[in-house]
Amino acid sequence: MEKSRYRIETATDASRYVAIAGIALLVLLVLTPFIASRGLVQSLIFVFYMLALAQLWNLLAGYAGLVSVGQQAFVGLGGYMLFALTVYGGVDALLAIVLAGVIAFLFAFPTALVVFRLRGAYFAIGTWVVAEVYRLSFAQVKPLGGGTGTSLPVSVTNTVFGIDFLRDLFGVRTALARDMVMYWTALALAVGTVLAVYFILRSRRGLALSAIRDSEVAAESVGVDGFRAKLWVYTVTAGVTGMVGALIYLQTARISPDAAFTVLDWTAYVIFIVVIGGIGTIEGPIVGVIIFYLLQTYLADFGTWYLILLGVLGIVIMLFAPKGIWGYVAARYNLVLFPLQRRLVKNPEE
Amino acid sequence: MIGWIDTIIQGVLLGGLYALFAIGLSLIFGIMRLVNLAHGDLIILAAFVILAVVTSFGVNLLVALVIAGAIMFVFGFALQYVVLNRALGRDILPPLLVTFGLSIIIQNGLLEAFSADSQRIAAGAVETASIRIGQGLAVGVLPLMTFLTAVAVIFALNALFYWSALGRAFRATSDDPEVAQLMGIDNRRIFAVAMGIALVVATIAALYLGIRANFDPAIGPGRLIYAFEAVIIGGLGSLWGTLAGGVILGVAQTVGAHIDPEWQILAGHIAFLIILIVRPRGLFPRAVD
Amino acid sequence: MSLLETRELTAHYRDLQALFSVNTRLEEGDTLAIIGSNGAGKSTFLKAVTGLLHGTPWSVVFDGKPIGALSAAEIMRLGIALVPEGRRLFPSLTVEENLQVGNYGRSGSGHWNLDTVFSLFPRLKERRIQASTTLSGGEQQMVAIGRALMSNPRVLLCDEISLGLAPIIIRDIYQALPKIKAAGTSVVIVEQDIQQAMKVADRLYCFHKGRISLAGSPAAFTRDEIHAAYFGT
Repeated sequence: MEKSRYRIETATDASRYVAIAGIALLVLLVLTPFIASRGLVQSLIFVFYMLALAQLWNLLAGYAGLVSVGQQAFVGLGGYMLFALTVYGGVDALLAIVLAGVIAFLFAFPTALVVFRLRGAYFAIGTWVVAEVYRLSFAQVKPLGGGTGTSLPVSVTNTVFGIDFLRDLFGVRTALARDMVMYWTALALAVGTVLAVYFILRSRRGLALSAIRDSEVAAESVGVDGFRAKLWVYTVTAGVTGMVGALIYLQTARISPDAAFTVLDWTAYVIFIVVIGGIGTIEGPIVGVIIFYLLQTYLADFGTWYLILLGVLGIVIMLFAPKGIWGYVAARYNLVLFPLQRRLVKNPEE
Repeated sequence: MIGWIDTIIQGVLLGGLYALFAIGLSLIFGIMRLVNLAHGDLIILAAFVILAVVTSFGVNLLVALVIAGAIMFVFGFALQYVVLNRALGRDILPPLLVTFGLSIIIQNGLLEAFSADSQRIAAGAVETASIRIGQGLAVGVLPLMTFLTAVAVIFALNALFYWSALGRAFRATSDDPEVAQLMGIDNRRIFAVAMGIALVVATIAALYLGIRANFDPAIGPGRLIYAFEAVIIGGLGSLWGTLAGGVILGVAQTVGAHIDPEWQILAGHIAFLIILIVRPRGLFPRAVD
Repeated sequence: MSLLETRELTAHYRDLQALFSVNTRLEEGDTLAIIGSNGAGKSTFLKAVTGLLHGTPWSVVFDGKPIGALSAAEIMRLGIALVPEGRRLFPSLTVEENLQVGNYGRSGSGHWNLDTVFSLFPRLKERRIQASTTLSGGEQQMVAIGRALMSNPRVLLCDEISLGLAPIIIRDIYQALPKIKAAGTSVVIVEQDIQQAMKVADRLYCFHKGRISLAGSPAAFTRDEIHAAYFGT
């Protein structure tokens, strides 16, 4: 077969440097539990799982055009499945995280069947209703604590895969070993999610999603099956969200319906992160989670005023800088760290 | 048997309250295609305004309603004109996220101003009065008034829409905002007036809500969900449909509660989901969408 | 002083320039025809004049005042009314309501009201409470014109009113123009159908690729000259 005169490229010079810097950063992050305080490690765990949730919400809303305010349904579902699997199934917690993700993925199918009947903003509220149904339903499940919730027994939290190994290898206390396992799992999830989102968007599926977001009718006219693409994104996102939820509640070791399915922690904050950082980009949520972490650390004590500030900031950004802080900076200085645009490049003459 | 009839009557009348919640939402969506995620919180805000007016000026509820209604109209007008108009456009994300942010702001602003304590609007004897309708059945005066008010509001709004120049302007803008401008209709002002009207209806809803049950800054989103369910069950585009949707939701809830009090809200959600699956466009959708 | 002028009017759609320094004049009482093929810039021109596209203040001058930067609603209130391409009646409104909404922003002092519009287009009177969508193309066009007249405009802009209509219907509609003119409104007709436009026009502009390719009285040009200006040969 004749070799094509053109090929499609996405990498840029800047992105190659970024990739190298990224690997260096990753190494540093992996080594962090050995050099940082316990407090910092805990904070980073929080940053990692919020980043994962933000990337997922961004994939759903910013790329696929599915604005959900009900992702907390899958966070809570993942958390409850973790409890159920470890306490009643005797499954190791790390494996339970993966299984919780699979269960959330499966639950997303009937959920999608219902909410996909709605469009736009009504879709959004519909996802919220579904999350409420999940919440009210789990409040009826007495073996998992019913309305007041339950805690993970020490027998589960101290026997997570890897704890014994680390404790013996590095001679640290169980609590610290547990932190390390949590930390690396969270890091893996965060990095995995970022890379997964990146590669999805680079793939043909990602192209299809962008097309659907821009105009579903036009996309369908070139053979893109809108329903299937959206279903795929929704269910996969739900699955990974479930995994993150399982991790969160393994870390917290205590669950209740109101906490697991709260709109504030798992949707409002996540949306804020994506909006502030920059919707529709992969770099945006990364920037957003850093800003959010700083705000949370220094201002959360102000309670209601802090939340009012977040709301005002979110509105102001949405109205005056809708592409977020990263979007503004990227446009100004023409920066792209995760290149997605496809360029037609001529192959060198033979 | 009496128990079931009583349950259903209660459900129908509860539907009147839900319809009052939903009318504002339906109006705004119909005219400017905006779904206001802060709608429930605005109802609660109105309830607090009524409460504040009553405690500050010691006036009776009807006067308080008029004053609060005027305040909420102006607030809605300004909110739409200054903030929400800027968010409207082709993209669905900005209005959604701006109203979501608004919801957070209102909830926390109310928390700051009034604390998280449960509140109630006192209305004296009417709170528990009931009318006998024979054979051991009694209907609460307050729920009956709520339902009749919902009907009256729908009549009034339909009269506005179909018999006045302003109503024609609303319908024209809803059909084709660009050509409406060519008729001299200023979209920004029309939208602001519509939001003002929606908040007046929300204030009426708030009065009945506040008398009937305890309220606090956090229950806004719950009201939004009921309003939304009523609109979807009834079908977009028809105010009478919204009333029907409210009634169905109310009956589903009271029937659920009759079986087991803990199931009330869940029963409503399930009825909503079933109707959504079986009749995605609602029970009485308008032909043109 | 002309009633309506455009001075060095330019317009862009994103990166595409649609109008290049267009200068036109409409004298009070005249009927002006604007012809040109698809994409020549005629609709863009009308959008700029009616305020659907914003420009610099003095790019459009009405009665000596700069209106180029005003909103569509403001311009309508000053007395410029548009009959949009494709009629664009309001589907939720009846025939009568469509007419009534025409004077929402301005009722003006003049000949046109519901009764006089019905006598201009008698066929509409029997259909007054029908939904506007149930009318034929020609009747819808009449409603669209009537709707614009209800504000007693000083300038009536008609965008492709013959589009999609049978010749006999087109003739009926064009018969209304002299009566509109007699009642005091200056008319601008934008048409792809050159014949009809030239029959009623006092002055003529031909657009080609966003520029004026011909200007003057219709009688002053031969068929070939108009043909050349229209197609840009």
